[in-house]
Amino acid sequence: MAIVLETLLKILFMFLLIMGMVPALIWAERKGAAYIQDRTGPNRAGIAGVRLAGLVHPIADVLKLLFKEDVTPANRHKALYNLAPWLVMTVAVSTYAVIPFGDHLTVAGRRIPLVVADLNVGLLYVLAVASLGTYGVVMGGWAANNKFTFLGGIRSTAQMISYEISMGLALMGLLLVFSSLRITDIVAGQGELLFGFLPKWGVVVQPLGFVLFITAVFAETNRNPFDLPEGESEIVAGYHLEYSSLKFALFFMAEYCHMVVGAAMISALYFGGYQIPWLPRPVLEAHAGLLLTIKLVALALVSAWFALLFLRRVQRERGKFGDARDREPVLGMVFWAGLAAAAAGALVLRPWAIGPVGADLVATLFQVLAFVGKVVFFAWLFIWVRWTLPRFRYDQLMNLGWKVMLPLGLANLVATAVVMYLV
Amino acid sequence: MSFEGLPKGSASKQRSFLESIYLVEVVKGLVVTARHLVDNILHTDRMPTMQYPEEKRVYSDRFRGRHRLMKREDGTPRCVACQMCSTYCPADCITIVAGEHPDASIEKFPESFEIDLLRCVYCGLCEEACPCDAIRLDTGIYEIAADQREKFVVGKEFLLNDTTRGTL
Repeated sequence: MAIVLETLLKILFMFLLIMGMVPALIWAERKGAAYIQDRTGPNRAGIAGVRLAGLVHPIADVLKLLFKEDVTPANRHKALYNLAPWLVMTVAVSTYAVIPFGDHLTVAGRRIPLVVADLNVGLLYVLAVASLGTYGVVMGGWAANNKFTFLGGIRSTAQMISYEISMGLALMGLLLVFSSLRITDIVAGQGELLFGFLPKWGVVVQPLGFVLFITAVFAETNRNPFDLPEGESEIVAGYHLEYSSLKFALFFMAEYCHMVVGAAMISALYFGGYQIPWLPRPVLEAHAGLLLTIKLVALALVSAWFALLFLRRVQRERGKFGDARDREPVLGMVFWAGLAAAAAGALVLRPWAIGPVGADLVATLFQVLAFVGKVVFFAWLFIWVRWTLPRFRYDQLMNLGWKVMLPLGLANLVATAVVMYLV
Repeated sequence: MSFEGLPKGSASKQRSFLESIYLVEVVKGLVVTARHLVDNILHTDRMPTMQYPEEKRVYSDRFRGRHRLMKREDGTPRCVACQMCSTYCPADCITIVAGEHPDASIEKFPESFEIDLLRCVYCGLCEEACPCDAIRLDTGIYEIAADQREKFVVGKEFLLNDTTRGTL
């Protein structure tokens, strides 16, 4: 019974992490794109006149998509047309099952590994599920009975086939180094040190493999510069052209879920997952109290600094707009001041003197935070790259996939094998 | 890459090795966008975006904007319904129905004077064609909106008196 409950809780945590990150990423995408292009970005939707730099826009978007009319093409294949968005979404979230978000947590003497399903064929599962996502795209493209969606689906198939091979080859290099298909083993292996000072992260032992993998992940997620299946300047909107309302929302959300999955995979396989460099789990547990104190003090200081910045804005911009937006800096100041006060107040509880149970909890918390931090960074990288690079032309895409990445992947595999044999 | 039909020595052949493996160039591009991002976050006040309904651009004095009809001292329109403006109009958006003026020295006056603001290209040729300075494009009003096409066809009374900005 306990195992069912803890698995459900872990699933809930992962699900909330993804679903919480999706609107945040949509906001970051729109606002980040705007700032990169010297624009202001969304800042109109608001609650009671408070606009919070466009943070309310995702909610407005969701409401709009929920209540829109669901326009469907007359000659669609009904079953596949309806199934496609759900398939894409399901596949996008199910990859998370094998990605560990922390080492373990001890509750009432039970050691709970912080991964939903600790599969011994985790890597194969990731590859298998990732390629299933293409079916949703192809089905959606074909079932809508439209030339452009069909082209989008075809492009998606060709792209997946080309890049999945490089992805597999890159992962095989990693497999040789850590000699396990179990992702928890790979992440645990990355906690060691190489030559006594370098963290044995995937990116350190497999730099070429990392470059190949991250490129393949960008292609798998259909993000720029590999978003040919969408290619709005060429084939209107690609595979999701004929979808509207909630079904379109599912495709849209699935894209962001894929981004989070991609980011989680990159961090788990090549950036040590939940590992904090030079701070392995035993060290973390031994100094948990000290680290927590440092963390709280740092949080209090940074929050206080932000609160001061907002206070200066409050003074400088008093009555600037003459409406509810004047309250925004005040709200920001209250939020950061509250956080600073909470962090400082927590110091009263003597965090440096926590017991062994607390130490375990704090160590886990730090590792989960490290993982989430890495995921957030790589999710931002997806957005950052999208607004930097132009889309590949189709022949360039194929050239890169077959003539560059495939030979490089093979060479990387052979080189890794030779080195592993000699060492 | 070789592509039949591409001229020899096209861009793809002149790439250096470093450029052809993309990675360095990608990182350079990322640095450029990151610089813009950080600059704009730190100096939101330098952003060129104008928050339109709250802030409005100041146009030059010669900016034309929507038409108006001029009045005589007694308040009747100066227009003598000579049809010069509607004849000259390149967008064919002016419709005038002439009537006989009680004062024989004036001869005619417009019984109706309609401008389709959706067809108008705001070129100002009507203003130039007018022999008695009855129509001018000098209101500076550029915010013209309505929820029905019919409302954009404005008549004599509107052109003589109205100064609505925004929804008609």
